[in-house]
Amino acid sequence: MKKDLGLFLLIVLVAAVTAYLNPRFLLPINISNTANLVGLFGLYAIGEGLVIITGGIDLSVGSLFALFGVIFLDLLVNDGLPWGLAVPIIVVLGMVIGSIHAFLILKMRMQPFIVTLCGLLIYRGAARWYTGEGTSGFPFGTSYPTLEFLTNGRIPINTPWGVFGLPLSFVAFILVATVMGVVLHRSVFGRYLYAVGKNEEAARYSGIRTGRVIAAAYIICSSLAAISSVYFVEYTRSIAPASHGNFYELYGIAAAVLGGCSLRGGEGSIFGIVLGAVLLQILQNLVNLLGIPSSLNFTVMGGVILIGVLLDQQLILYRQRRAATRGPAHSQDSAIAATAK
Amino acid sequence: MTEPYLQLVGITKRYPGVQALSDVSFDVAQGEIVGLIGENGAGKSTLMKVLGGVIEPTAGVICIAGVERRALTVNDAIAAGIAFVHQELNLFDNLDVAANVFIGREPLTGGPLKLINRRKLHDAVRPLLERLGCDFGPETPLLPLSLAQRQLVEIAKALSLKARVVIMDEPTSSLTISETRRLLSVIRDLKASGVTVVFISHRLREIEESTDRVVVLRDGHVAGRLDRAEIKHDAMIRLMIGRDLKALYTPPKAATGDAVLELVDVVTSAHPATKVNLAVHAGEILGLSGLVGAGRTEVARAVFGIDALVGGRVELSGAPVVVSTPGDAIAHGIYLVPEDRKRSGLLLDMSVSENVSLADLSAFAPGGLINRRAEAKNAEEQKRRLNIRVPTVDVQAGTLSGGNQQKVVLAKWLSMKPKAIIFDEPTRGIDVGSKAEIYRLMRGLADNGVAVLMISSDLEEVIGVSDRVAVMREGAISGFLERTQLSEEAIMRLATDSQSQVH
Repeated sequence: MKKDLGLFLLIVLVAAVTAYLNPRFLLPINISNTANLVGLFGLYAIGEGLVIITGGIDLSVGSLFALFGVIFLDLLVNDGLPWGLAVPIIVVLGMVIGSIHAFLILKMRMQPFIVTLCGLLIYRGAARWYTGEGTSGFPFGTSYPTLEFLTNGRIPINTPWGVFGLPLSFVAFILVATVMGVVLHRSVFGRYLYAVGKNEEAARYSGIRTGRVIAAAYIICSSLAAISSVYFVEYTRSIAPASHGNFYELYGIAAAVLGGCSLRGGEGSIFGIVLGAVLLQILQNLVNLLGIPSSLNFTVMGGVILIGVLLDQQLILYRQRRAATRGPAHSQDSAIAATAK
Repeated sequence: MTEPYLQLVGITKRYPGVQALSDVSFDVAQGEIVGLIGENGAGKSTLMKVLGGVIEPTAGVICIAGVERRALTVNDAIAAGIAFVHQELNLFDNLDVAANVFIGREPLTGGPLKLINRRKLHDAVRPLLERLGCDFGPETPLLPLSLAQRQLVEIAKALSLKARVVIMDEPTSSLTISETRRLLSVIRDLKASGVTVVFISHRLREIEESTDRVVVLRDGHVAGRLDRAEIKHDAMIRLMIGRDLKALYTPPKAATGDAVLELVDVVTSAHPATKVNLAVHAGEILGLSGLVGAGRTEVARAVFGIDALVGGRVELSGAPVVVSTPGDAIAHGIYLVPEDRKRSGLLLDMSVSENVSLADLSAFAPGGLINRRAEAKNAEEQKRRLNIRVPTVDVQAGTLSGGNQQKVVLAKWLSMKPKAIIFDEPTRGIDVGSKAEIYRLMRGLADNGVAVLMISSDLEEVIGVSDRVAVMREGAISGFLERTQLSEEAIMRLATDSQSQVH
């Protein structure tokens, strides 16, 4: 919780500085656009976070956006499927991909990094081959008003500062985050996720089916990526499969890590991931609004993550050292061990 | 007795709120074996850290070869020839023996290239290994070596540092009986060559067998000193806990009942050629003894569903049960308290309360969501029942002492309905007081009709606690002993090859 508070204060600070330097930051249209991006990039970051909590990683989501995107457009445009059928098909495909990842990691005992790195390469290639390197998009004149509203629409809200459009992508993100927050922090499955991430062997000795728990995390991650890919199709309207979603897995990982997920597993919270996703988009926005060359986009993001994680760890070390010199009565041995180090 | 080589006088170490050591005086002469005993938390580790230069004492004087000092640095300690062989060995298992012995001090060649002079390195290590009677050479990779062999590597490292005082912290806690014998003879050889050994152990029989003097610590004080003639089991226990420990064995309240847990022709992957047949009855504690590597833990793992059964079956009260995962075993009421509690028994970073509920979480989660209040309430109940010494159940399990950690593992199982519990080395590295409590809990379980199977390498414990003992050798049961037949010799005869015992 302390971690989340620190992150929240960092967001407030960055936002305040940006707003001071460029008041356009606070315009309802800017906030609405930023919220839309938070929704788009936050949705799959939650799935990535779950995988990271199990001690794994999923590098394949960016390529999945391209592959699922072109398949979705193909189903919709060329096969003439109603979107109410095409979306579930994509989600099922996501579950299949997640299951394959889980099978390779758990049954074939491959490392998650390698499995999903190969996924990243394979799905990207498959997407490019699927369209023959062509860009796919909606043909002129076709429209799916309901789908467009659900993914890309905004609900106008009157405020004293003007009309604010609440993006439905953001609403979807908050809904998913709330549900996953309850699942992770209150449910049996969530507790098992942490247990498996902390110490898989002890979890197994307590009767937890660790394989199922980890598999579920990968399946949720790929399924959320599938849903996200529909949002991204509607956001970009066309897909160049060679570049669509490039590096997007790193935004998800970055949000999770900023939000307190440790790559060693067993740590992190949904609220933290939400804050991480918010901070990333505010940073993007800051680069645009403050006239920083957009080539420095990644540099700013990398710098902030580096400093954030560094400060956090130094604070933890400082607290441990202080606790050690105080010497808690119940564990004098561990206090001694800590000072010894 | 010769002039002491190393003297600690009036050593006191205060932490805010904790007096870890008060006015402890301790000295060693050249070429003697000094036993240092005491319950966990008595101050043994702190005292040894003062000697190692890791901790600066609040008061007191350290005198080495006539030179007085207020405190030591790590380098002072090394220069004075003080070396440690830790309970958890500090070795690199991806390197070979020689590299481990001279790690950080490799003989170099090639000038500025700083290459390792392998021949010189091996030549330096070989005589050390020979002196210790090792059956492996300097080029042997560390990975396949047993714990006992690794300990010898650690001792070789100490000798290569020209150690004059070697401090061994629980060196025998994970060794088999024969390995322990070997280590004790190495210790005697070290003594004969003028090296002093400070031997810290919870195994009082070993202390009794091998030490010249014993210093007993209790609550940071020296509770007493015993000379060679006075080193007796009861005397040591009296000084350690400040009272007499009642005889270990408590007989069951009622006659043992029917067989609860039965292993019929069980074959494990570690010993595919042998079958294990075994029955644990309601209300009894069946000890399972044998050398390390005899296949006891493998049997436990197979029964609990960690490893697949290669052959045979497990029966519960006469009916065969399928156990393919630990979850299946738990559902049938078969529980395991594993050998390595830090790795397999507990989630050290999670709270006591979360650990206690982990195996039975759905009972605290009506509708899938965990009721934390019910969870904490149960943990509090178990804390009282098992006398777990912890301020609140929200504390991380990793901060507890060994004995209290083991009680948390037990609390996890005792909050459910056990039919059979397997204890694998239940008191390894646990102090005498907690040991007695754990034995009492085991007996309590048996008296409530639970079948208790206790795997132990500690003969004192096997003989002291079990109603009946099964002995394993090379993957098979080599015999059963009734309470009246129990003796170290009888168990050892079954555990080792009986043919070679025939004169």
